[in-house]
Parts: sequence; structure tokens; C-alpha cells
Amino acid sequence: MPVRVSLFVTCIVDQLFPKIGLAMADVLERAGCRVDFPEDQTCCGQPAYNSGYRREAAQVARHFLRVFESADYVVVPSGSCTSMITHHYEDLFQKDPEWAERARRLAPRVWEFSQFLLEVLKIDDVGAHLNKVVTYHDSCHALRELKIQDGPRRLLKKVRGLELREMDTAGECCGFGGTFSVKLPEISGAMLQVKLASILRTGAQAVVSVDASCLMQIRGALSRAGVPVQTLHLAEVLASR
Amino acid sequence: MSPSPLVQIRQTLADPGLQAAIYSSTGRLVEKRRQAVSESDPAEFERWREQAREIKKHTLENLDYYLERLEERLTARGVKVLWAKDGGEVTDFVLRLARERNARLIVKSKSMTTEEIHLTDRLQEAGLEALETDLGEYIVQLAGQRPSHIVAPALHLTRYQIGDLFHERLGVEREVVPEKQTLIARRTLREKFLAADIGITGANFLVAEAGLVVVVENEGNARLSSSIPRVHIVIAGIEKLIPRTSDLAIFLKLLGRSATGQPLTVYTSLLGGPRLAGELDGPEEVYLVLLDNGRTRLLADRAKRQSLYCIRCGACLNHCPVYRKIGGHSYPWVYSGPIGAIITPQFHGLLEDAWLPYASSLCGACAEVCPVKIDIPQILLDLRWESVKAKVREGSNRLERWAFGVWAWVMCHPRLYELASLFSSAITTSEGDGWLKSVPAPFNAGPIRNWLSQRDLPPPPAKTFRQLWRERRGRGLS
Repeated sequence: MPVRVSLFVTCIVDQLFPKIGLAMADVLERAGCRVDFPEDQTCCGQPAYNSGYRREAAQVARHFLRVFESADYVVVPSGSCTSMITHHYEDLFQKDPEWAERARRLAPRVWEFSQFLLEVLKIDDVGAHLNKVVTYHDSCHALRELKIQDGPRRLLKKVRGLELREMDTAGECCGFGGTFSVKLPEISGAMLQVKLASILRTGAQAVVSVDASCLMQIRGALSRAGVPVQTLHLAEVLASR
Repeated sequence: MSPSPLVQIRQTLADPGLQAAIYSSTGRLVEKRRQAVSESDPAEFERWREQAREIKKHTLENLDYYLERLEERLTARGVKVLWAKDGGEVTDFVLRLARERNARLIVKSKSMTTEEIHLTDRLQEAGLEALETDLGEYIVQLAGQRPSHIVAPALHLTRYQIGDLFHERLGVEREVVPEKQTLIARRTLREKFLAADIGITGANFLVAEAGLVVVVENEGNARLSSSIPRVHIVIAGIEKLIPRTSDLAIFLKLLGRSATGQPLTVYTSLLGGPRLAGELDGPEEVYLVLLDNGRTRLLADRAKRQSLYCIRCGACLNHCPVYRKIGGHSYPWVYSGPIGAIITPQFHGLLEDAWLPYASSLCGACAEVCPVKIDIPQILLDLRWESVKAKVREGSNRLERWAFGVWAWVMCHPRLYELASLFSSAITTSEGDGWLKSVPAPFNAGPIRNWLSQRDLPPPPAKTFRQLWRERRGRGLS
């Protein structure tokens, strides 16, 4: 019996970076999963939750739970959105025991993409091939809330032709922070410049992360600076042949 | 956001010297802490943090009991214990005592609690000479500034700036070697210690069962302040309590390592009271002023009470990517960085500095290093929520509230969501894969304009994921 996986591609991937979602589906299918995409999905609610709009976040979270609660596994190309569902829904529903319980029941089946490969499918080599020097950016919520640190690096090291070159601030925030990036743009931008300089010092051709939102921030700066360094989601690297 | 913090933030970001000073000093402290933690067993270090948190939790949940024990013990040893509601009461007490004892010169060691109530300024306004004796505090006092960091108050100044400052204010030759600058300060301060009438210190810990005031430092100035003058006044927040002397072991190990990467600070003074009959030194009178200044209000809040666990090590500042860019002076109160962002709104009111809880990317670096495991990101989230509710009550922020309301409604209706995404792709005329440096009016406004002020914007793709997925499935079926 193949593992049945429902994709939660996240709103940002759906709207802005669809290739990441397709790459994730490719990798999962090649690993033998049966992949579906529940079409009623939208967002996990994090933008509202992080901005202090919990009532609005709870509405969206309830919608998410309705769409996904019958799934065997939900796989997400984002540490941040995964953590929202697995770590913060309980807080969001602290005064709503029914929905808190529904969130608790779903949480163990919701997986960030790299963790799903390593811990559920138990594969670290997906047969990918990419001739590139890359550096890995630890996104904050993946690193600190989901404790994802070695996993993506293990997966990258198995990619043929790929060289992983660590930057000196891999675990430091890129400055995105959701609405922080547009509420306090100067501070966000200053943090981003630290990250950018660190990336450029490695001489890598591409920055890899498990979160499209960090990559949007980083790519925005690379593009503004006119630097020909790519950004790639881990799924895109692993889908390369 | 009111204009003044934003002006300060912009000035700080635009000053390359200041940026380098803040970033490199905090970087050194980060590295020292990392080394100190890796030299002890990291798993052991985690257990200390866990235990320290539990001790603080227990103490604050039983604060009334421990405060009374402390008062009992200290009173029995001849310390006069006073309770102050706010900074005004502390200042009144110190001024009254200074008058009664005919005191002119007061030496002070470093204390954030006294910074919090602007004690030094208030004493000077009343005509007393009140001198900061910690080197960093001495420097910022000479410069007429406030500390920019909980542990390293002059972290924002370079040695060249300090050389100029000493030259201008002390009339000495311009000296840029830090060791020699220290000697200059030491010469000036020594005379003051010997002549001082009153010494004021804070307390890092108050041990309830043993009745001890514990002061931790590296320069010896707190020991001099507490032992040479005839009168010693300790000013401490009521949250500084820990139950037993044996609990100190954990806290001293955590504080030194977290603050400066030291296994133990150079001086740890355990002060029990005034000089007893037959003793050769020590003050003749000791006062302990226990300050509330809003702390009991925080104590009443079950979820955010943990904000009072803080032992003022400064590790959250050093590790905070926001603090490392905007520096301590951009924060509205003496407590800066992540800890300042969570306690300032709780002390001063949510809407006083409403931007503070939002001045964080929620990266979590602070919580990762906090020696008492304060969940700072969660408290920031709670404060954001409370601030939204307060704004609703106040009737402000209508546009944002309306926008999130519409957003949530769209996100709960997948067909609308899909329609909205088609509309959004009309924002731009995308030219291939290139990212956008600008967008035409009327889209160049609000969040999009703010985004574009710092970086390029991704062009909306020709097709969303769900459209591509349908095509892919369609192909798969045929």
C-alpha cells in the first residue's frame, strides 16, 4: 500500500511559487507516495495569528482543519506553516476545546517536507542530481520550533554533483517575519543585508531553504542588488535530475 | 508608530560606526557565551535552565511568603527593610536619609532597577553628587546618555569616542587604549569611593531563607560601594527573590555564562547586614528598598508572569537580530531588546509604545538562549493580540482590522480565494521571470510599497499551483 499524502502547498507557494509545489509532488511521487491536492485549501492562518488577529486566524484555522482532518498525512513545503499548525493551533483554540481537540488529533499527521522524507518515509537519497554549489539557510521556525537542522543538510549531501557550503550566519533570521517585513521594513531590510553579505561570502550559486517565504525575502534582495545567485526550495533541489 | 522611535531607528541604521560597534560587541558576547556553554556539558546546561525556571516560577507563585521571610531574616540582622510603590518613593527615601545623615556624595554601582526609576538623575537634580562607578555606566553618565544594553551600558561607543569623552569631560589627554582609559576612570573613582557618604547598589538575587543580598560584578565597584561608605542602600525589585542559598549555585552559573561567557563573575558578594560589634569593616547602616513599580501588576497575569523570571543577563539582546541592528537607544525604556519589548508594554501600558511587540521577526533566538526559558516569542504574540483588542476598544486601526476581516473571509471561501488570485495577477504586467523593482499606481501603496522599499517583488506567475495541478492531473488521466 502506497503512503497517501495530501499536499498543503501553502498560500505563498500556490500564489507565487507554484514550481515549488510541483517539485514537492514530484519528489513524493518518485518516493512511491500517492499524492493528492485538496482543492479547498487556502492558508493556515499564520499571517493573522502573528499580527494579533486571533479571531480571524481561528476562522482560517478551522477551515484548514475541515479540509485536512481526514488526510493520512499532510505534507507542507514550509517549516513556518507546519509549526503554525502543529505548535500554535492549540494556543489559538485555548478557549475552544472542540477545535483544540480537532487540531490535536491532526497535528501528528502534519509534516514539514524534509522531516516527512527522513522520518516517515525514512529516505535520505531521492536520486537527485544537481551540479551546483549551494548554501543552506535555516529558516527560524523550522530550526527553533521544529528542530530541523541536520535533516535538510543530510538530504542535500546525497544530491549528486552538489556541494554544500555553510554560511557563517546560517541560523540567523533573514528578517522576513511575515507582516514584520512590511510593518517595519527598514529593520527587516537591515537584517536582510546581514544575511545577504553572509550568503555572498560563501561564493555559492544558490541559497536553499525549506521555507518559500524566507527565499522570497532573500531573492528580493539578491535581485535588488543585481547578484546572479539563485534561490531554490529544498524540494526543487531534490526534484532535479 | 510615533515618529521619534522611527527617527532614532533610522539614524542608528544609517550610522556605519554605530552599526559596527553594536554588531561586533554583541557578536563577541554571543561567541563568549557559546564557548562557555560548550565547555560545560550542554545537556547539563539545559537542566540548569529548566531548574532555574522552575525555581523562579515557584518563588513568584509564593512571593508573599518569601518576601516576608527575607524581611524577617534581614531585620533580625539589623537591616532596615522598606517597601516602595514606585520610583518617587525610592527617591524620597534616599533624599530624606541623605539629609538626615548630612550626605553630599553618593557612589552607585550598576543597577538596572535604579536606571528604571532614573534615580541618579533625580538625586543630582536635588543637588547631590551621585556618581555611577561601573566603568560602562560611568562612561554613559559622563556622556549624558542612558545605557544602551542591560549588561554592557556603553556597548554603542567606540574606544575613540570614549577617548574624546574623557578628554572633554575629565580634562585628560586623549587616550584610546581601553586599559589606559580604565586606569583614568579608576583614578577618578577611587577618590570618590573613599569620600562617599552613601553607597547604593542593586541586587542580582535576594535569598529569602538566609536573608542575603547577592551582588554580582566584575570590577569590584559594587563591593567598594557596599563596604566603604557608612551607609549602604540596596534597591531591588521584588522579583529578585530566590528561596535558598543552595539555589544560588544554578543562578550564578547561568548568569555568568549567559551574560559574558564567564563560568563565574569576578566578584560575588553575599551581603548579610551592617557591620556587627567586633567587625572591622562594612557599613554601619544597611537599608533594603524593595521596589514594586508595576511588578505586582505583571504578577497577576498568569500567562505573562514569566516575564518576571528575568535575571538581566542580556543574552536575548546579544542574540536578537533586531537589537543588533537598532541598538538599545531605539527602545523607549531602559530595558531594550526582546526582554524590553515584552516588559515595557506590560509596565507602561499596551498602547504607549504599541509598535514594540511588533518589532520582532519572531525568530525565537531570544527564547533559545534565555537562562530562565522565558517564552519571549509567545509573549510577543500575546501582546500583539492584546494590542489589537485594545485598539478595537479604542476604535483605532480600522483599516487593518477591516483588511484582516476580508482576508479571513476570502480564505474561508476557496472559490473566492481563487478568484482573488486571478485578480492579483492583473497587478503587474510580468516580463518573464524578472522580479519587480516597482509596480504602477494604485498598487504602489501600503504593504507593497513597504516591501519594495527594501527588496524586489516576485512577479505573480502566469498560473497558480492549483491551475498547474489541474493540468497535470488532466494529462495524467488522458
